[in-house]
Amino acid sequence: MSGASLRARLASIAEEGRSALIVYLTEGDPSVKATTPLLAALADAGADVIELGVPFSDPSADGIVIQEAMQRALLAGGGLVASLKAVKDFRALGYDTPIVLFGYYNPIFVRGLERFAKEAAEAGVDALLTVDVPSDELDELYKPLRAHGIGVVPLLAPTSTAERIAEVARFEPSFVYYVSMTGVTGAAFQGAAGGAKRVEMIRKRCGAPIAVGFGIKTAEDARAVAKYADAVVVGSALVRRIADAGSEEAACASVAELTRELRAAMGKG
Amino acid sequence: MSAVPGKGRFGEFGGQYVAETLMPAVQELEAAWASLAGDEAFEHELQVLLDEYVGRPSRLTLASRLSERFGVRIYLKREDLNHTGAHKINNCLGQALLAKRMGKTRLIAETGAGQHGVATATVAALLNLPCQVYMGAEDVERQALNVFRMKLLGAEVTPVHAGSKTLKDAMNEALRDWVTNVRDTYYLIGSVAGPHPYPEMVRDFQAVIGKEARRQILEKEGRLPDALVACVGGGSNAAGLFSPFEDDVDVRFYGVEAAGEGVATGKHAATLTKGRVGVLHGSKSYVLCSEEGQITEAHSISAGLDYPGVGPEHSFWKDSGRARYLHRTDAQALAALEQLARDEGIICALETAHALAALEVVARDVGSEGLIVLCLSGRGDKDMMTVAKAQGVTI
Repeated sequence: MSGASLRARLASIAEEGRSALIVYLTEGDPSVKATTPLLAALADAGADVIELGVPFSDPSADGIVIQEAMQRALLAGGGLVASLKAVKDFRALGYDTPIVLFGYYNPIFVRGLERFAKEAAEAGVDALLTVDVPSDELDELYKPLRAHGIGVVPLLAPTSTAERIAEVARFEPSFVYYVSMTGVTGAAFQGAAGGAKRVEMIRKRCGAPIAVGFGIKTAEDARAVAKYADAVVVGSALVRRIADAGSEEAACASVAELTRELRAAMGKG
Repeated sequence: MSAVPGKGRFGEFGGQYVAETLMPAVQELEAAWASLAGDEAFEHELQVLLDEYVGRPSRLTLASRLSERFGVRIYLKREDLNHTGAHKINNCLGQALLAKRMGKTRLIAETGAGQHGVATATVAALLNLPCQVYMGAEDVERQALNVFRMKLLGAEVTPVHAGSKTLKDAMNEALRDWVTNVRDTYYLIGSVAGPHPYPEMVRDFQAVIGKEARRQILEKEGRLPDALVACVGGGSNAAGLFSPFEDDVDVRFYGVEAAGEGVATGKHAATLTKGRVGVLHGSKSYVLCSEEGQITEAHSISAGLDYPGVGPEHSFWKDSGRARYLHRTDAQALAALEQLARDEGIICALETAHALAALEVVARDVGSEGLIVLCLSGRGDKDMMTVAKAQGVTI
């Protein structure tokens, strides 16, 4: 698996005439052993790409739903090492669904960039998204990742200037994650209006597929965004389902149900 | 001059590790801050407020009995005499004036003990800006008096229930507010931490401490001091005292961290002493974290030092050897606070008491003819309940 294969996967989905569905899961929530079955349930239900959130003690870009998931995960023994193991176990089950590790920089930095890149590649991680590493600081991370074939996923926001948008192209991103609004994860969806034009402009400047996320919770939201985005990201809505489920089996069933609904709503064309 | 090879870097430390949504705001601030260089109108406006509102210059007091006790000459830079009772106001005034200039219509801040929150609420009232202060739920309870003061000044105080419910979590929540309201909101960071340009900007607003002290000691003693001493949590009063002396290579810098119950117990806030290099709240610096990179809770009797990070320039000074960092426990700080009260008739803040507790080491280093300037960063009124409790006294 690699950044290149993730990009190829998104290209083939685009050829099918539909947007990709990217789902988010916090590793270790509700338990470390639940993560691999949850990954499998998401893949079986039709998730095209999975973002695996690495729990962090200070998730300053996340809303309350993912903050609480990360706290549960840390209490349960989750973290970077457990995340890499979950991916490895998922691959051992035969799944090739692309995985993007999604997290904050400190655990990765403390692990050592070269060591992390090597371990992530061995585990079967395709790409990395670090919320608190903007393009200005990405070089130190990009080099070791690239050497091990791991792609990067830069973030862009409504506040990003034209220069900043153009800047991310040099990282040959697997895809670009466009944060649809100023805010934290899980905030209220502000509608798809105005998004199409902005996404079109960003796609042109970065030359990469554009995933749109933040606030997208329902099949209806996903359908609206899928009209113009190459991929749609759903996170907090799935994490909330895990929090509300009474057991690990119920959590798997519940996230699978929402994933199928989202995929069906996004349909073709 | 500080050795800053890259933009916003102190050696390998510093940088701008924030969410993309905030980057344009950080760059806007960087440009606004840069445009202030040589702006006489701004400098004048700030100076008038520092003189007339804060009561600067703060005094440099010879501490006679303390000097006698350690066999050296010790001067105290009296930031405790400032309006609001600590050095925090120097930075708040500077940043709030800048926020106004940038057309921002709302201030947000994080606070631990409440001193920075009170100072921010104070300047917000003075400049007629709405103000929202984030404070860990645990600190809200421990510092009820400061919460009341902030509210009296018209600020809104939001308790933060996430994580360890202390300063670092308040900072996370302030970042979440900023990322949500980035277009009209100014985030007024209280220490030399955060993404560039905050560490540099806060240091420069606090440098009024060191500039005055340098002039005053030359007037009083006709020479520069042998050593400067200040406590270090995030490190703003220390950076403000040290930086104007940076080129005076014979002036030694001593920063004193909080060792809590002892650095071997794990319950401490001695980030430079026991931490590792990491990335927290926008900059690369020493942090207290686990082997897996999870930030650990700091512990100190002094809420103002109770932070698992430290300003990036201190990390640079530590590694380059320009400054030496010591650490003192809760018990040592309490004893130093009591000693200063009886020797000099000054009740200092618990933060400051850590610096006082290190005087023995510093005095030994500088020798019998030595001259020391210590930053008396704040007054102790806010800590009286804590001190009484530690002494087993019920008020």
